Amino acid sequence: MDLKLLDRLTQTFGPSGYEDEIRAVIAEAITPYADETRVDALGSLIGIRHASEGAPGAKRVLLAAHMDEIGLMVTHVEDKGFVRFTSIGGVRAVNAIGGRARFAGGIIAPIYVERREDASKVPELQHLYLDVGAVDRDSSPVRVGDTAHFVGPLVSQGTRLVSKALDDRIGCYVLIEVMRRLEARAHEIHFAFTTQEEITLSGARTSAYRIDPDLAISVDVTGTGDTPKALPMDVSLGQGPAIKVKDGGMIAHPAVRDALIAAAERAGAPYQMEILLGGTTDAAVMQLVRAGVPSGCLSIPCRYVHSPSEMVDTADVENAVEILLTFLESSL
Amino acid sequence: MNELIDHLGLLSNAPGISGQEIEVRRAIRPLIETYVDDLRVDALGNLIAYKAGQRTEGLRVMVSAHMDEVGMMVIDHTGEGDLRVATVGGIPDRLLPGLTVRVGHLAIPGVIGLQAIHRTERGSLNKAPSIDKLVVDIGATSRDEAERLAPVGTAVVFATTFETMGSSCMGKAFDDRAGCTVLVDLLRGGPYPFDLVGVFTVQEEVGLRGAQVAAYAVAPDVAIALEGTLADDLPKDEPDVSPTTALGRGPAITAMDRSYITPPRLLSHFMRVADAEGITYQIKQPGIGGTDAGGIHRTRAGVPSITVAVPCRYIHSPVSVLREHDLAACARLVAAAAQQLTSELVRPTTAPDA
Repeated sequence: MDLKLLDRLTQTFGPSGYEDEIRAVIAEAITPYADETRVDALGSLIGIRHASEGAPGAKRVLLAAHMDEIGLMVTHVEDKGFVRFTSIGGVRAVNAIGGRARFAGGIIAPIYVERREDASKVPELQHLYLDVGAVDRDSSPVRVGDTAHFVGPLVSQGTRLVSKALDDRIGCYVLIEVMRRLEARAHEIHFAFTTQEEITLSGARTSAYRIDPDLAISVDVTGTGDTPKALPMDVSLGQGPAIKVKDGGMIAHPAVRDALIAAAERAGAPYQMEILLGGTTDAAVMQLVRAGVPSGCLSIPCRYVHSPSEMVDTADVENAVEILLTFLESSL
Repeated sequence: MNELIDHLGLLSNAPGISGQEIEVRRAIRPLIETYVDDLRVDALGNLIAYKAGQRTEGLRVMVSAHMDEVGMMVIDHTGEGDLRVATVGGIPDRLLPGLTVRVGHLAIPGVIGLQAIHRTERGSLNKAPSIDKLVVDIGATSRDEAERLAPVGTAVVFATTFETMGSSCMGKAFDDRAGCTVLVDLLRGGPYPFDLVGVFTVQEEVGLRGAQVAAYAVAPDVAIALEGTLADDLPKDEPDVSPTTALGRGPAITAMDRSYITPPRLLSHFMRVADAEGITYQIKQPGIGGTDAGGIHRTRAGVPSITVAVPCRYIHSPVSVLREHDLAACARLVAAAAQQLTSELVRPTTAPDA
């Protein structure tokens, strides 16, 4: 694992819609390995690898990982300088309280919750606030509309990795690693680092429209069923990347699913089959652009998704790279 | 200023629930037709006005405002000659009892019936009946007469007449006839350094439906959605909370709502232009509501989009209130910010860190 790269990827600022900084980091990493790069209208970064001339049966393949992360946006600065906020993407109060938010300019603020009459109830986001160190509205260094992400440093411990924003910077890492190691030029491959996945999926939808691919795969995290009292889900950390059957927003195209299974078996990599009851990925909208695109998803099992301490296993990450490399060398 | 108010009054009074916007379209057409190069109505009823520019910026700019308003529709008739209705778009049931309305294209007067206070049990005095318990009374005396005057599908709108009051005005449907007024003003102005496509959209209140297909047809480089948005600035139990927007504080710029997020470069551009022009503005409380920008931004290969709105009290009710100053300032901001749009601002460059 290139932990230096993963550290930059996970820690760089990039809530949905505000991906300029993370895009610059990824662009720097992929430019040596792309035949061309471009930025789409909504900010997605595309790195293209052409097929060798006259490659028989070459397909146009779209691989997408989203570079945006969940975050928050200021809605109101109170008279006493406390800052109220709304979520960018799926932010849960229980994961935020006691943590810290960091604004684009570097301001760091503890996130806390009002005293409540009934502390046994789960608080809602409107009861949370940021303490930016201001004493009144005028001295607040932030204002309505400013965005922040959560603080959660990268930790590598044994085979596990813990950080904020592994959803989906770990997918970005996998795509970058594939670009670095891919030699085959069997297909025309568009590596898309998409925007706005956590709010509207609009980055992938619009990039897929422009690319007009023959097939599309998103590389994203998925939940696991291996933690105390977890919902039933036959996916465990470290048991291999998960090949999606369905999730809350899509059913993977059976041919894409089967091609990923075949690639995993050829690569000798472990894999799991994924049925995710809630939530979805870029694949759900890529599937529906223009006249339809056969789409699937290769998932990195991840615990504590949308918390500042998401956890993945390095073996799953490395096996995902192997599976995709084999997949892209195959005839599709 | 007076022209803006005249137009707002004209458009506010026009009836046009989602899907039945023809009267609004008819009211807008004469206001703009001599100022634009092409006017057409698309398959869903969007009115699309094309105004060729000087093309120094090589941009196609779409500016939208929705024509439709929230209202009701006849769904059934009673044996006694009253109308059963359902809401079209979001209206709370508690607003309805006792309201006067206009029914159908003949604007038949009607009233939403209510039980007399004398006959209401003490415990129910402050309870709002749900809409399926209400009827619209148009004076018909039989089911046949009611069916003839207002067949199923007939539109029912609030019977509110536009009025000015001091430096403010009140009327129905400021959401989004205020936006339509600003767009009319923009189309009558110019010339612009780009091709301007003004789209008066349909069916915003039922899912941003008109704007999606209009954006597909127009294929713009950038889009501005104009709105009449909510001002929640009346006294509250908790004083120190966001009013979403407030009357008198100028146009409201959206950073993010439930339907889309504004690209930061576009947001900064509008804030910078407002500052330079000396226009006071406000950032609408993020995360509230949805606008046509939500339908437009994800069209085709993507359209950087922003929403600018006139703050209005009591939207989605029979009457809303706005300040003339906010309306005029919104029109000034939109015209100035549009004039200064550049390709650099809206077109992605190949330099990845641009």
